[in-house]
Amino acid sequence: MMITDLYDVVIGLEVHVQLNTTTKLFSADANLFGAQPNTHTSPITLGHPGSVLFLNKEAITKAVQMGIACNCTITEYNYFARKNYFYPDLPKGYQISQHTVPICVGGQVYIHLPEGGKHIQLNRIHLEEDAGKSIHDANDAYTLLDYNRAGVPLIEIVTEPCLQSAEEAYQYLTEIRKLVRWVGVSDGNMEEGSLRCDANISLKPKGATTLGTKVEVKNLNSIRNVKKAIEVEVERMAALLQEGEPIVQQTRSFNADNDTTFALRDKEEANDYRYFPEPDAAPFLVTDEVVKTIQQSLPPLPYTLYQEFTKAYALSHYDALQLLADKGIATYFTQVVAEQPFYKTAVNFICGPLKAVSQLHQGDTVFPLPVATTAAIVQLIHNKELSFSVVTEKLLPYLLQHPSDAVTVAVEKLGLIENTDDADVLAWVNQALTNHPDKVAAYLAGKKAVLGALLGEVKRLSAGKANPQKIQILLEQQLQLLKK
Amino acid sequence: MEYKVSIALLHTQLASGTLTCVQHVQQYLTNIQANTHLNAFLEVFEAEALERAAYLDELWQQGTHLPLHGVVVGLKDVISYQGHKLSAASKILENFTAVYSATAVERLLQAGAIIIGRQNCDEFAMGGSNENSAFGKVLNALDNNRVPGGSSGGSAVSVQANLCQISLGTDTGGSVRQPADFCGIVGVKPTYGRISRHGLLAYASSFDQIGIFSHTVQDAALVLETIAGADNFDSTALPSAVPPYSQYLHDTQLQAKRFAYFKQSFEHPSLDTHIKQQFEQLFNDLRRQGYTVEAVDFPLLPYVVPTYYVLTTAEASSNLSRYDGVKFGYVHTQAIQSLDEFYKQNRSNGFGKEVKRRIMLGNFVLSAGYFDAYYTKAQQVRQLLHTQTQAIFEQFDAIISPTVPTPAFPFGEKSASPIDMFLADIFTVHANLVGIPGISVPKYTHISGMPFGIQVFTNKEKEAELLATAAFFEQL
Repeated sequence: MMITDLYDVVIGLEVHVQLNTTTKLFSADANLFGAQPNTHTSPITLGHPGSVLFLNKEAITKAVQMGIACNCTITEYNYFARKNYFYPDLPKGYQISQHTVPICVGGQVYIHLPEGGKHIQLNRIHLEEDAGKSIHDANDAYTLLDYNRAGVPLIEIVTEPCLQSAEEAYQYLTEIRKLVRWVGVSDGNMEEGSLRCDANISLKPKGATTLGTKVEVKNLNSIRNVKKAIEVEVERMAALLQEGEPIVQQTRSFNADNDTTFALRDKEEANDYRYFPEPDAAPFLVTDEVVKTIQQSLPPLPYTLYQEFTKAYALSHYDALQLLADKGIATYFTQVVAEQPFYKTAVNFICGPLKAVSQLHQGDTVFPLPVATTAAIVQLIHNKELSFSVVTEKLLPYLLQHPSDAVTVAVEKLGLIENTDDADVLAWVNQALTNHPDKVAAYLAGKKAVLGALLGEVKRLSAGKANPQKIQILLEQQLQLLKK
Repeated sequence: MEYKVSIALLHTQLASGTLTCVQHVQQYLTNIQANTHLNAFLEVFEAEALERAAYLDELWQQGTHLPLHGVVVGLKDVISYQGHKLSAASKILENFTAVYSATAVERLLQAGAIIIGRQNCDEFAMGGSNENSAFGKVLNALDNNRVPGGSSGGSAVSVQANLCQISLGTDTGGSVRQPADFCGIVGVKPTYGRISRHGLLAYASSFDQIGIFSHTVQDAALVLETIAGADNFDSTALPSAVPPYSQYLHDTQLQAKRFAYFKQSFEHPSLDTHIKQQFEQLFNDLRRQGYTVEAVDFPLLPYVVPTYYVLTTAEASSNLSRYDGVKFGYVHTQAIQSLDEFYKQNRSNGFGKEVKRRIMLGNFVLSAGYFDAYYTKAQQVRQLLHTQTQAIFEQFDAIISPTVPTPAFPFGEKSASPIDMFLADIFTVHANLVGIPGISVPKYTHISGMPFGIQVFTNKEKEAELLATAAFFEQL
């Protein structure tokens, strides 16, 4: 029997995203990954006596951008709170966070699943500052501290406990990573810690209404690890429940080396964070006008584009997802189809041969051909003036070498204009039929598969200039005549 | 030797050539030498002050006359001055050197002032008698057996005994006005946020404000207009323009005409009889001169001190978390077994008793289960206080009271009872709770021989009115 036959799995995710602002949340220190340790550490970052704060407006804008992208309600009157605890990488002995009033409330993120889509409900998105970094494994005797990260702006995106499987968590995180890149608020790089995830997991008997005891799994540094950690944790918890053992509310860590989780601390050891409003940072307002302005500055969002692609353009779910893999593809596609309305042909060419020769830049696909060039190619294919294979094998390689050539010039230079003249093609068809009486006989005997071989023969005779559709039509027509 | 020079007199003498900045500094250095028993200074920047004075003399000769040219200033040891120690009179920061200067200090220096040293105070500005310094108590220059007041005791005594011309102190609940009152000098606490807190070592962030000690209202006004104003480092600094207060002191339009006093304050058992009589006489004098002086009902009075201590200790408990020995400050030398042990040893041995008391109180009122009963309740009182104060300022120009219920008390008198010590703040904390400006103007001599003054409050950002009213009382 499967675990999911016995239990409902309930998952809530907390995703921390480092915002790609120029400076930190409350100081002019650079927000940069990979610098020499402790080089972006002003007295404010280090919490020197007498240091106070000045709020970075860019961070607010980026948090609101993400909130709008997730259909959240934006809070007008905002203030920060202090979360008090001691740890060496926390310079002030408290973290400045939005405890009581998150800047974005509610909202949802749409994920695509094999069995259909699902809206993942968000609880909130709030702003806070990152802590520094403790490095425990570089030196046997010491923990090393790097405060470059301390004070870097983070948003924490918190879902309701509404995810039901490791697969949903995987899809949700993929969508969040895509979204932060799409909106341009973060590079979403999990390896560098720009995107971090904690998972709250509980199990309850199938259909029960009260939630089971939850376990929080931390230190999940890849989307794969989040999925794996949830899988193994669900198995561990299910095994405990099967044995009649209680589940202890605790914080656990995932060990990616052997795909197991281990306990970090129990609830009894949890801190009392003694939250209270941050007196050093003045409250700030995000007015409706500001929200409107930010909204207008946003690019078209994946969910909106999905609706447009599948409904207005009548593209398939699969095609729409291919186009929405990243903002580079979606934007390019939108620009190409603005010049001609051949959506399906455009998807086939852009997501097929063209994507194969494109490059990724900061998570976005960058295509090697100008939009006008691609639009012209799509039009040629659609009008059957060039076959898809000729484009892929001849025209595209040539244009990659000569990107400034207009398509018409390239086609001319390559001598690719196809012969659609009935008389010429008919002559090549008849020649092929005469050359291969055996294949004709086989076809007439019902072996339709030989048609391909005959088609190839006509192409060869025409030196590739005969239009394939034309060949097919005339070939079938001549064979029908012979049959009679 | 009495060497009491106003800023105006200094500039007249610099102009006439009868005094140089160097001579001016030397006078104060001599006085400091002669009064080391007062323990007002923790460190004197002798060579540096003389060097700067020589430079300023040269500037003056060249025709550059700065607003605070040659003015000799002492800093309470909670105000950051780049390259100089900043200890908060605490063992935990005994060897800490500031890496940047407070905005107020930057502005003083730009205006031509000379920083002569850092001044003793209650540890982390917590106290009302200057008996809590890790580096010894400060003595009242008028009677060495009495406290100078606190927490800015060293700064007050420095001006009182002419060890410097001006002091910058800090006022979280009366720490400038109360020692000014006890020492017979002027002490002004502007509106919350009027002077940037950048570089002011935090005790309670939503209460803290830099204040000024001087012999005259005129000098306080000159310094305030120089150091006040918006600051890109402090988001709580007020953005509004700073008027030239010193030019408005005799503007009768600005002087308060309608005074309110709190009925409950004058009925409070802690109020000294002589002080009470003196104020009754003052009120009658004012009325005779045509001023309105009215008692207003202020039932919140018994709550101001508890509210103040709940909220300030809460903020302090968090503000002082950074002193953990990880990045700077005192580190206990004993072998440490764990991170918790490291924190405990550093903080237990680094902080003094009063500081630890307030950290514990603050942690208590913020704790799960107690937060609403203490912190939230106190915030509600603070809001109420704000509303009632605004209502008073709709009918009156100023609120008037004694600064402290008693004159300076003998050492040790209140040490045994923290509550008694806290209650001495009863007339001053109101201004910090609601963020309004307040000033203590020296006026009277108590039968004990100690001075006491008049405290005036005006509404937020009405420093021009406050100082003009103070100037009026000064000359009354």
